Amino acid sequence: MRKYIFKRIMYMILTLFIIATATFFLMKLMPGSPYANQAKMTAEQRAIMDAQYGLNKPVYQQYFIYLIGIVQGNFGTSFQFNNQPVSFLISSRIGPSMQIGAQAIVLGTVLGILLGALAAIRKNTWVDTLATFFAILGRSIPNFVFAVLLQFYLAFKLKIFPIALWDEGFRSSILPTIALSMAPLATTARFMRTEMVDVLNSDYIELARAKGNTPWQTVAKHALRNSLIPVITIIGPMAVDLMVGSMVVENIFSIPGIGDQFVKSITTNDYPTIMGLTLLYSFMLVVVILIVDILYGFIDPRIRLSGNEGSN
Amino acid sequence: MEKILEVNDLQIDFDTFAGSVKAIRNVNFHLNKGETLAIVGESGSGKSVTVRSIMGLLANNAKVASGSIDFKGRDILKLSNREIEKIRGNDISMIFQDPMTSLDPTMPIGKQVAEPLLIHGNVSKKKAMARAEEVLELVGITNAKNRMKDYPHQFSGGQRQRIVIAIAIVNYPEILIADEPTTALDVTIQAQIIDLMKELQNKIETSIIFITHDLGVVAGIADRVAVMYAGKIIEYGSVDEIFYNPQHPYTWGLLNSMPTLDTDSDRLYAIPGTPPNLLNPPRGDAFAPRNPYAMQIDYQAMPPFFKVSDTHYAATWLLHPDAPKTEPPVAIRKRQEEFRRLVAEGKITQPENDEGGVKDDAE
Repeated sequence: MRKYIFKRIMYMILTLFIIATATFFLMKLMPGSPYANQAKMTAEQRAIMDAQYGLNKPVYQQYFIYLIGIVQGNFGTSFQFNNQPVSFLISSRIGPSMQIGAQAIVLGTVLGILLGALAAIRKNTWVDTLATFFAILGRSIPNFVFAVLLQFYLAFKLKIFPIALWDEGFRSSILPTIALSMAPLATTARFMRTEMVDVLNSDYIELARAKGNTPWQTVAKHALRNSLIPVITIIGPMAVDLMVGSMVVENIFSIPGIGDQFVKSITTNDYPTIMGLTLLYSFMLVVVILIVDILYGFIDPRIRLSGNEGSN
Repeated sequence: MEKILEVNDLQIDFDTFAGSVKAIRNVNFHLNKGETLAIVGESGSGKSVTVRSIMGLLANNAKVASGSIDFKGRDILKLSNREIEKIRGNDISMIFQDPMTSLDPTMPIGKQVAEPLLIHGNVSKKKAMARAEEVLELVGITNAKNRMKDYPHQFSGGQRQRIVIAIAIVNYPEILIADEPTTALDVTIQAQIIDLMKELQNKIETSIIFITHDLGVVAGIADRVAVMYAGKIIEYGSVDEIFYNPQHPYTWGLLNSMPTLDTDSDRLYAIPGTPPNLLNPPRGDAFAPRNPYAMQIDYQAMPPFFKVSDTHYAATWLLHPDAPKTEPPVAIRKRQEEFRRLVAEGKITQPENDEGGVKDDAE
């Protein structure tokens, strides 16, 4: 197991290196420059600025400087956002995004798994139809629509939750969490239903029934766990998506998150910030994939990773 | 002999988009205490549906149209779900066909074997695990102690079937239903499993209903045999009677399609045609269209059971006193000669004529 994880971490580093390289050169191909008032700048002013940011060096040199920086933990300073270091920019704004994302993924997948399981158990009944209907709704309606609706009814009309901002701790996070959890809820429910229907038709479920288990015992002891195996695959990428933030929802609720910053950095050619956020996103993705692979082993003994298979 | 299970006039229909499929049509049989009854027939003849109705595990679209299944003075078909769950895995348990898919891939086998104990008996988890280990040892899992925490994928097919058997017998069931337990195994493993089942039957004194389409397996394990075709039992008798003195042309066909040591032909015999569509079951003998010996009446009226001996009955018009004398195929005649010789030599004792025989006569 340890050897496996070490190998995986090596691969992760390689993956991140490739992503960093690709992003760097793609970014250099983007039109435009980081300067907002480019048109008014004289050639001298530009040269000074370029020299200050190291943009006057050949691209390959910039690339190596950048790589060395990453290794040293230095992601550079932002061209926009008051010349703050990128690492500070990210760390000061990642908190709310992570919190909402994590809450949304937990809420969404737990409810999705339950809803999907229920639909499968009550296959072809009104329960199933209703669950499917909600899943399609959740999947096809964008999260900002939910956000606005929640904000209007629960915050503005009923005044149960704060309308926006990030100043009431957990209470502030409830509405954005619900809005963001709709998509993962729907996706998980659809996936879970399909898997569970398959599992419920399998021989070992019939054997479990033949042992004298009630239908609910059968589901709890045998069907759920086996249905979860493929569902975990989709949870990984969904989680990263949410944790890195959904720009629009953060905007609607005025949450100082990271999603908003990512978009701004791209539109303004803020190279260090783009690179920093891309690397962060990629890093989280590879970590989550590793976690999912390790989780697999816990849930499905057939893919328990290690060399001690031959112990018997 | 004491009857432990009695199936009376069982009729099961399946609702499908095409209509109602008459899967089981007036099936009668009983199981004596301690015996092994084999139910033989080709795919779709209704063997599995019959035993699943005993377990209360019929598919949702199955409907019991009539009949009763008497077990310990109660009609299983009339029990509530709760009541039948108490019988399932406790008094009556089942061995499934495919050991590769019958075990939960994500649960250690020790726990899987202990599960019926925890469901039905008031035992502690520790005791249940100890008992599971004992039973695994009994079914021939070597080093069971160290393998309790292993998962199904760490066992071979034959071992997995042993584990499935362990699950079935862990509560000492009175009736053990084996639904083609050897079909998915290779021949040497088949023989081992059959031996194991015979051994276990002696040890735990259970009655077995053994479902198979493999007559070779039947010869090795059964006391009595019931032959099913198109949802009906068409002939039943002791294993010797069915093998050496078969009366129904379908049984002849089955026996002829099984190679024996003195089969000279290169080609294996196969019964021509296909079974009837049970959406509209034929009026007469369902086997008639495939039967070279069929008579006019076979198409018109369902043959009743004719008595061959106290234990042996067959539903074919050929046994009617007015039927013309027919010669069965050569191979069957050879078997019948052998039967007479064995009876004369006293090697086959005709079962005593007690009431344990048959009650379901011609309707």
